[in-house]
Formats: sequence, structure tokens, C-alpha cells
Amino acid sequence: MPDSPPPPPQAATPLLAVIGLSKRFGAVMANADVALSVMKGEIHALLGENGAGKSTLVKMIYGLVEPDGGRIEWEGREVRIPDPNAARALGIGMVFQHFSQFETLTVAENIALGLGGREMPDALAPRIRETAARYGLAVDPNRHVFHLSVGERQRVEILRCLMQAPQLLILDEPTSVLTPQEAQSLFTVLRRLAAEGCAILYIGHKLEEIRTLCHTATVLRAGRVAGTCDPRLVSPMELATMMVGSELVQPRRRTHKPGRVVLTVNDLTLEPGDAHGIPLQGVRFELRAGEILGIAGVAGNGQKELLAALSGERLSRPSAIRLGAEAIGALGPVARRRAGLGFIPEERLGRGAVAELSLAENSMLTRLASPVVAGGLVRRGAARALAKRLIERFKVRAAGVGASAGSLSGGNMQKFIVGRELDARPLVLLAAHPTWGVDVGATIAIRQALLDLAAAGAGIVVVSEDLAELFEIADRIAVLSSGRLGEAVALSQLTLEAVGLQMTGHATAECLDAA
Amino acid sequence: MRLEKREAPSAAMLWVAPLLAAAASVLLTGLLFAALRVNPLAALRLLYIDPLANANGVAELALKMTPLLLCALGIAIGGRANVWNIGAEGQFTMGAVAGGGIALVLGPGGGWYVLPLVLAGGIAGGMAWAAIPAALRVGANAHEILTTLMLNYVAQDILSWLVHGPWRDPQGFNFPQSKTFADAATLPTLWGTRLTPIFFVALLAAPCAWLLLQHTSAGYRLRVAGLAPAAARYAGFSASGTVWLSLLISGGLAGLAGIAEVSGPIGQLLPTVSPGYGYAAIIVAFLGRLEPFGIVVASALMALLYLGADGLQMHLQLPLSLTGTLQGMLLFLLLAADVLVANRIVWRRAP
Repeated sequence: MPDSPPPPPQAATPLLAVIGLSKRFGAVMANADVALSVMKGEIHALLGENGAGKSTLVKMIYGLVEPDGGRIEWEGREVRIPDPNAARALGIGMVFQHFSQFETLTVAENIALGLGGREMPDALAPRIRETAARYGLAVDPNRHVFHLSVGERQRVEILRCLMQAPQLLILDEPTSVLTPQEAQSLFTVLRRLAAEGCAILYIGHKLEEIRTLCHTATVLRAGRVAGTCDPRLVSPMELATMMVGSELVQPRRRTHKPGRVVLTVNDLTLEPGDAHGIPLQGVRFELRAGEILGIAGVAGNGQKELLAALSGERLSRPSAIRLGAEAIGALGPVARRRAGLGFIPEERLGRGAVAELSLAENSMLTRLASPVVAGGLVRRGAARALAKRLIERFKVRAAGVGASAGSLSGGNMQKFIVGRELDARPLVLLAAHPTWGVDVGATIAIRQALLDLAAAGAGIVVVSEDLAELFEIADRIAVLSSGRLGEAVALSQLTLEAVGLQMTGHATAECLDAA
Repeated sequence: MRLEKREAPSAAMLWVAPLLAAAASVLLTGLLFAALRVNPLAALRLLYIDPLANANGVAELALKMTPLLLCALGIAIGGRANVWNIGAEGQFTMGAVAGGGIALVLGPGGGWYVLPLVLAGGIAGGMAWAAIPAALRVGANAHEILTTLMLNYVAQDILSWLVHGPWRDPQGFNFPQSKTFADAATLPTLWGTRLTPIFFVALLAAPCAWLLLQHTSAGYRLRVAGLAPAAARYAGFSASGTVWLSLLISGGLAGLAGIAEVSGPIGQLLPTVSPGYGYAAIIVAFLGRLEPFGIVVASALMALLYLGADGLQMHLQLPLSLTGTLQGMLLFLLLAADVLVANRIVWRRAP
């Protein structure tokens, strides 16, 4: 490991100690008797599957959720943290996973608002520059936020916390939106902060990251501490097993034999749908039967537009997209589905499924045809049978076909949606971030399902920011950058670093030359 | 005492809240009467019990229920699709104008075919009036809440102009009203009361609306569009189709209510043909939880308020504007009680 973290300075009393903390939401024990202590200068990982209680724990520490029992100690003294202001007053800063910023305001204005709005943005700007320079965070205070990439926006959030000179910084899955290079520079910043004595509580999913960055890891499972370890001394498999509680079976790759061309995209050019969108410029690729094509790229480089154009939510020239021999560019989603296209959208609730409706009703969202519908009437029995089949076949944990989609965990909901699309036996499947925010067990099940579908002869396009995922399941990978798609390259000729470099736009020109 | 968010909306409270609102509204109405220096118990009896004292009273209730039920069902179907028709009042009026126009043009004489033509004209009139906001929403992205509301005033002005001008009865002593409709263009009445068969059409419309929403693929598309527009786009359900379907159904039902009123109890066109049925139906739709069967009950309650307020006006000389006050109170109390659907009250000492 080229840059393993420096050892944390030892101190007698922990900066933060959480003792026997509990929180119950209705019937769910979100946190039960959780204990955790963080030293000054320590980078402490908080690991666990979705729904393991990581968010609840940090929300209690940050004053967003009131604990039912247990106590929090700060530098050895018991404290009560009724709201985030109290947390900030103690010296706790937090960078949320889905942070919200005012897009039409500048960086300085956003930071001024985040600091309570007592200081004028202009007066803050020099201090922002100074702090940014000290930690190597390249941010221009006068830029408007809507110009910034997600990675840059995250730097603004981190800066906002640093302006208050925190003693403890909490980060919730910070790398989920970053390229490998951006993630590396984030780690550099975090290591520097830790070296200065700031403690860091780092929520993450990616085990490799945690092994290179963190000194200690606390693993939560079903609201309880499953174990605490030094992540540098255990294997990723051991960590994952600790998270899931059982041995994991990694997905098996199939032997890949590409068949006939099932999807052809030829010179697809599309104006953006909204003011901040990205135009697609001459996108072209071919997908063969039995093949998984990975499309990598940082969010906001045209993924949304490409998916909308491929799924039929936005229309284009008929011949720009062909499914087999049929020109489908001008067909809507229903007609494309009938022609054999399946689509797993990136948002689960509100898009891939309707939270308020039952699983039976959600099963027909993309299956509103025979046998579920006959003569304009919905056959409830058929819808229930379909939902039951999906639940059984894809091992969805749910109270039954009558359970509302909103009552399922993210991973189970995603298994249901993936199952619904797979069950339609598509010729070509589009999958957008299929395992985003999904726990380890469900991730493996979903990847295996995609591999099996390809083995059965379907072509699959996976759009993902998770390079590890693409390297695990894709046969070829192309990078989408600024609305242009680079050439798809076979996995054997690629390295993680090369793709990461392309994602930041460095190699776009060469790719275009090659194409 | 403070409010705490429930993990999931309470299904029981969804139906208890309207009852709570109704009870609180009875209580507040009593206080209002006391403030107006009338005996609250006597006034409440006049308001809620006396209208139902005899068979004729029940028929009058059913008669008032008819337009409220028809309009509210249409509003609810739209509401489930997140398309908000505030224009039932105008569609009601234009239904009366279109159907009434056919009745006036055909004049006396004519056979069995007149009444179906008149009713069809009423439905078409309401639909046409609702088609304007639908086209504006689909074509120009103009929100239907504003356009439907604004078109109510236009419809009222058109009716007013017609009965003051071209359609005024020459033998009407210069009153702004049309000729009375011929018998062939008038709805039959039942059992010696003013009740018309359209009441049963309205009653039948409720299970039809339920069937549409719960058991057809079109109704499923409407509900998905209302609950999660992005899911509807993903599934490929047409957004403009949703707007058109819900506004045309809504307008057609309101138009039928309008023509049933003028070719029924009124019998001619007057400068005003609705005492605010189209607006009251919005309250009815919410009181009935946008559910067809809930709306049947809510429309009966609202009809009772109309009748009772008439009684108050006649026997206690209370102003007619009391009707609007009572309706408004009911809606506000319902909205307030609705907080309990998503939240619960927690009693605890201040920390």
C-alpha cells in the first residue's frame, strides 16, 4: 500500500465517546446499545449495510435525532446535543451524502449562509481562499454553484465545515460521487486534517477505501455493533462478512461469447432537456447479444440524457437507435419495451416504483399488458401472481405482495425492480447505477442476476459511477465525458487508473481521434 | 403537548379525521349561533334534523346531492392524477348553457330524442369548457388550478350575457331569463317530488369512478401519474393523456350536473344557475378523501348543509352567507384534522 495512514496520536480520553446509545423508530430498533469512541486525530470508519443504523448514529451525534437511551461524552464530559447548532458549537462538522446547496448562489454566498448568514460573502472570500489553499481544496469562492461538478460541490461542503475549525468531521459516503482521482485528493485532505488533530468519522461502503484510509473501523449490523477492528489488518472479505453476518458468495463470471448486434446507437445528438443539462454529441456504440457494456463517467456528464434517450423518455431520430434491425429512436418507452428493451432506472422510489402503491401494483408499472391487463381491466390476481413470483425468484424480503413499496429497504426494493425488468425477458437491458446505495448482499445478488441475463443471451448496458462494479461485471467499458462517449475498450486492455483519468476528461481527445 | 411525525400515515385516522372535523364543526356552529343570539340547539335542529323530517325533505336532499356528487367525483378523479380542477362551477354553467341552448333551439314539440340530445349537449358543454384548460396545460404549461378558476368567471359572464340578450324570453316582462323549456326537454320527476332520475345516475357514477380508478389500466395510469410523475414518465404513460382524460371526465360530469339542474328543478336558464355547487364540490371531494364512496357520504352531508341553511334563513332570518361560512369552516377543520393523519400528538412535560 503506497500511502498507508500515519498512526494516530494517542491520548488518554477519547474526543467523542458514545456509550449504550439506543434509538427506536416504531417497531425497528435503529440503534441498540451502540458504543463507539473516537480519538483526536483518528480516522474512524463506520461500516455497515444499508439500514444497519449508521445514519441514525451520526444523526444522533450531530443533534438531528434525539436518542432514546445511552449517553454521549465529549472530551470526557457528558453532553446533550439537542440540535445541529449545539453540535457545531462543540466543534462537530458534518458533510452529508445528499447535501443541498443554492445552485444560483456563489460558493462564498453558500458558505456564508451555512455559517448562519452573519458574515457577508465578500468579507468571507479571502478566508475561504486561505482555508482552501491550506488544505489543497481548489475552490473559487466567486463561482456559481451550478457551474460546479458534484466533486467540487462536495469540496464546498467540506470547506464550509473547515471554516468553523471543527474537532470532529463526519462524512457520509463522500466518495460515492467522486472519480478515483478526486477520491484520492479527498483522502489527502482528510489525512492532513487528521495529522493536525482533527478526528474524522467516515461512513463508507467501499472496503478497499477504508482499508487505505482509516485507523479503526466500527461495523454495525442491524443496529448493533458487530465488531471493531483495525481495517488495515483484516481482509475485505472478513470486513464484508462482519457486515453481513454470513459468508458471502461472490458473483461468478460467465464465459463471454458475443453474438449478433442487438443495439446500435449511431450519431446520437441531443440538446439538453433543462438549462443545466449536458448535450449529447455524436454518441455511437454497438452492443452484442451476451455482452455487458459498462458506461463509466462522473455524474453530470450526460448520463441522465443518454439514459433518457435510450429508454425513450426523450425521442430522437428514428435511425439513431436500433434494437436489432428496428429503428426505435422515435418510439416512446411503451413501444420500446414491447420491442424488447428493459430499463432499471437510477432512482428507486418515485421512479422505478411508487412508494405508496403495493408490490402487486408496482409489479405492473412496466408490465401493463397481457396477462395483467385484459380488455382495459386490471386482473388483480395476475398482478399478485407476478409480484409473488418476483418476490420468490429474487428473494425480496417483504411482508407480502400487499406491502407498500415504501416499506421495503433500498436493497430489497432494487431487487424487486431488477427482478421485474429481468422477468420481462428483455433483448436489451439498460441498468442505471444498479447497485447504488444497496447493501453488500443485495449488490451481489443483483450483479449475479445481470451476469445470468447476459449469459442467457441478452445485451446489457450498465451506466455506473462505481468503477469497481464495472470492472467486475462489464466486458467492455466506454467513458462518457461532457456528453461525448469514448470508444468502448475490452476489459483486458484497461486499468482502473486509465478509466479514472478519462473520467476527468483528460483523454477525451484521444478517444475521439480513435473513434 | 407536541406533534410527532408518524412512521407511516395512519389508515384509521384517514377516516376518523373527517368525523372529527364534522363533530368540531357542529360544536363551532353551535357557538356561532350563540354569538348570533339564537338558541343553538334549536338552530342546530333546524340545520341538521328538520330538513330530513319527511319524504319530501329526503327527496330535496337527494336533489341537492346530485350536482355535488357529480362534480366532486370528477374533481376526485382529477385529484388522484394530481390534476386539480377548480373549474367545476364554470363547467356546470357551460353544461347548462349548451344543453339549455339545444332545448331552446328545438323549442316546443319534438319527440323522445330531445331529452337525450339536451343531456348530451350538457355533457359536451362541460367537456368543451374543461378542454380549454387541458389544452393550455398540455400546450403552454399553464397550470390548471389558475386557468380553470379564471374560466369560471368567463362562463358566468357568457350565461349572463345570453339571458340578458339573445336568449331572453320576449314574454318574460324584461326579466333576464330564458323561455321555460318544453316538456320534451325537461327531466321527468319522481314520486311527486322534484327529484329527477339523474340522482340515480350520480349514485351509479360513484361505483363507476371506483371501478375506473381501481380496476382499469387507465385508472392505474392516472393514479401513478398523481403519486409519482417520474414513475409515470419512466413507465411511458403519456402526461398529456393524463391531463386530457381527467379534465374531460371532470368537465363532462360537471356539465351533466349543470344540464340536470336547468332541465330539472329550474326549468329554464337564469343569470345564475348554481349556488356555488362547483366550489362546494371541492370541499366534498376532500371530505370524501378523493374516494368515490367517501364522496357519496360527504355530498349528502354538504347537501344537508345547503338545505339546513335555507331553513335557518326562512325561520330564524339568518343571512344566506351562513352557508358559505359553514362550508368554509368544515373544510378548514378537515385540513386541520388531517395533520393527525401524518402526525400524532405526544403529551409530555417540557424538558
